Amino acid sequence: MNTLTVSPSPHVHGGDSVKKNMYGVVIALLPALAASLYYFGIGALVVTLTSVVSCVLFEWLIQKYLLRVPTTVSDGSAILTGLLLAFNMPTYLPIWIIIIGSLVAIGIGKMSFGGLGNNPFNPALVGRVFLLISFPVQMTLWPKPFESRFSYFNLTPDILDATTGATPLAAMKEGIANGETVSQIMDKLPSFNEMFFGLMGGSAGEVAAGMLLIGLVYLLLKKIITWHIPVSVIGSIFIFTGILHVVDPLVYASPVFHILTGGVMLGAIFMATDYVSSPMSNKGMILYGVGIGVITVLIRVFGSYPEGVSFAILIMNGFVPLIDRYIKPKRFGESVKPLKA
Amino acid sequence: MLKTFSLGGVHPAENKLSAGQKIEVLPVPEQVSVPIAQHIGAPSEPLVKKGDTVKVGQLIAKSAGFVSANIHSPVSGIVQKIDDVLDASGYKRKAIIIKTEGDEWDESIDRSPALNKTIVASPEEIVKKVGAAGIVGLGGATFPAHVKLSVPPGKKCDVLILNGVECEPYLTSDHQLMMEKGEEIMVGTQILMKGLGVDRAIIGIENNKKDAIEHLTNLAKDYSGIEIQPLKVQYPQGGEKQLIDACIGRQIPSGKLPIEVGAVVQNVGTTFAVYEAVQKNKPLFERVVTVTGKSVSKPSNFLTRVGTPISTLIEAAGGLPEGTGKVIGGGPMMGKALSSIEVPVTKGSSGVLVVPEAESKRSEVQNCIRCSKCVSACPMGLSPYLLMTLSNKAMWDRAEEGKIMDCIECGSCSFTCPSSRPLLDYIRFGKGKVGQIIRGRNK
Repeated sequence: MNTLTVSPSPHVHGGDSVKKNMYGVVIALLPALAASLYYFGIGALVVTLTSVVSCVLFEWLIQKYLLRVPTTVSDGSAILTGLLLAFNMPTYLPIWIIIIGSLVAIGIGKMSFGGLGNNPFNPALVGRVFLLISFPVQMTLWPKPFESRFSYFNLTPDILDATTGATPLAAMKEGIANGETVSQIMDKLPSFNEMFFGLMGGSAGEVAAGMLLIGLVYLLLKKIITWHIPVSVIGSIFIFTGILHVVDPLVYASPVFHILTGGVMLGAIFMATDYVSSPMSNKGMILYGVGIGVITVLIRVFGSYPEGVSFAILIMNGFVPLIDRYIKPKRFGESVKPLKA
Repeated sequence: MLKTFSLGGVHPAENKLSAGQKIEVLPVPEQVSVPIAQHIGAPSEPLVKKGDTVKVGQLIAKSAGFVSANIHSPVSGIVQKIDDVLDASGYKRKAIIIKTEGDEWDESIDRSPALNKTIVASPEEIVKKVGAAGIVGLGGATFPAHVKLSVPPGKKCDVLILNGVECEPYLTSDHQLMMEKGEEIMVGTQILMKGLGVDRAIIGIENNKKDAIEHLTNLAKDYSGIEIQPLKVQYPQGGEKQLIDACIGRQIPSGKLPIEVGAVVQNVGTTFAVYEAVQKNKPLFERVVTVTGKSVSKPSNFLTRVGTPISTLIEAAGGLPEGTGKVIGGGPMMGKALSSIEVPVTKGSSGVLVVPEAESKRSEVQNCIRCSKCVSACPMGLSPYLLMTLSNKAMWDRAEEGKIMDCIECGSCSFTCPSSRPLLDYIRFGKGKVGQIIRGRNK
């Protein structure tokens, strides 16, 4: 008789895999990607392709020639990092800057810490923030939806002037600084309805809140993420800006404005929920999410940048080891109901 | 909404291939090896020697302590020897080997199939009889049943919970027993209630056994104080702590026993054995064993004598299929992989699962991606990813602080891990080490 395999229990596995989760998130990003291509046309296509291809390539090159380890590009995490990095960049960004961003994201953000699972910070955000600080002009040149669709390779000063504009958040910050009231500024901006569908300037993948929410539903249904992080990020931003708005509606914009603009949806649903750089317990996730929300609002309302989601997530990424050390999951038998005598 | 336990859990494919298969009585084997360590606690002391003639049901090894159990001969015949025999644990351990001659039962055993509903035994007699009959937890834990019936002084039991959950995939022995021996289980329940002095019993059954829920609910109408509690299908609901939580919403504190929250749990198979012991004077020497697997030609539920080689059971279910990679004693989540199919059936054998070669290997281990799915799956609210790392790095203080000793080894973490990490392997190792340290400290 042939020998029998002897191994400890359990003898079955649920069939979940890293690949399934990574490609699951990629699928959840597709509605927003479609919106991005529809609104920003050629630019969105160039930015997305460059970012994804260079992220995958850098991961492969680093693993094969620098680290000399088996490559893991097929697990889908590099594709995901590439997509998320692209989603966080304006669509007129030159190809060479995108490539630098990809190298920073994969090389420094991920591989220098030991690859997937070991990076303390979200790699795509590391790349994005590096670019924002290094190339502030290019990184804040915001193409307008539709008008910018067919421009990318033919950017003359005239076209640039006609097809770019400030994001709602930047317009708000500037207007307040110039002494305008919130309602005066809002009159010049797209309606909340238009914002929900993404008809405003912004990064390639962040504008279409509705599409990102479809992605959230998919992630929740497939049990890839739980509700804790997205709800606590969006909820805390809504509550914090809501309080400010009630206190002084002339200076502080409405909470709906805050959650529909900038990177809140993309950040809350896809960036803050990055497995590796977020906490492990539900209570920890909520604390982390609220931290992101509060820091975002502080930067937006009181800081010098119009947008603060990326910084907020990176800052809270840094707190994750501490959160995991002190916030433990709810234990069985922890809260004991006294027996009726 | 059906009731279930409050933390974690997973839902493995149920694969109850042998569901509805009538319990088939296997012929008495030609020879049996009866291990003297079939239960949790001290191994029993053999009372027979080579050449002795024994009858079915005769005491052949006696309980060797408070937590220990009597063992009775499953066949009639002649003791060949007392020798070390490979058992399900993978180790060679002492067993009594008996060559069968005929099938002569001890005269005191009532072999009539008639249902005896009248309970004449007093509570003390019940505990004594259960102990004398060598009954242990038949769900697989094999904890001596009479010990659980002896409520320690200062503690109070107000409810008996019967485990008819059978949450392990594939296994159907308890299910079939509930279908065929429902009345006996009801009487057994009344006996246990009388033994414990409680007036309330709950039988927890998962909702994938609707026929059993219906059958027992109908029977329970004629018995006072017995409730049937349908439960949502969720692994590991058959775990004692999870079952109590699911049925009555009480959580046992860390390191404590069910009696702490006023409950005693017994398996339905155990309850049937209690009925036979108290009403029929029949000790525990045979049990229902499921033999199953996707490649098994005839998945079955067998009534078989303790000591029968597993190979005999597999043969009766159509033989060992070509390309078998693994044979598991028990279910796929908590069962033990056997190193040989010649190991004997013991009191704790609930099933034999035959796994094809292709499904018997684990996937390649990848980096932890910190997805926290193991944390969500853990029914004890632990952090398996952390306990694995702490065990790997021999950080025993922090493992103890992380409640590693609370782990019930259900395997939900390893089952759910997308990176196929062997979480439970490491945690089990860590538990062993931390357990040693704690025992050393308490000396």
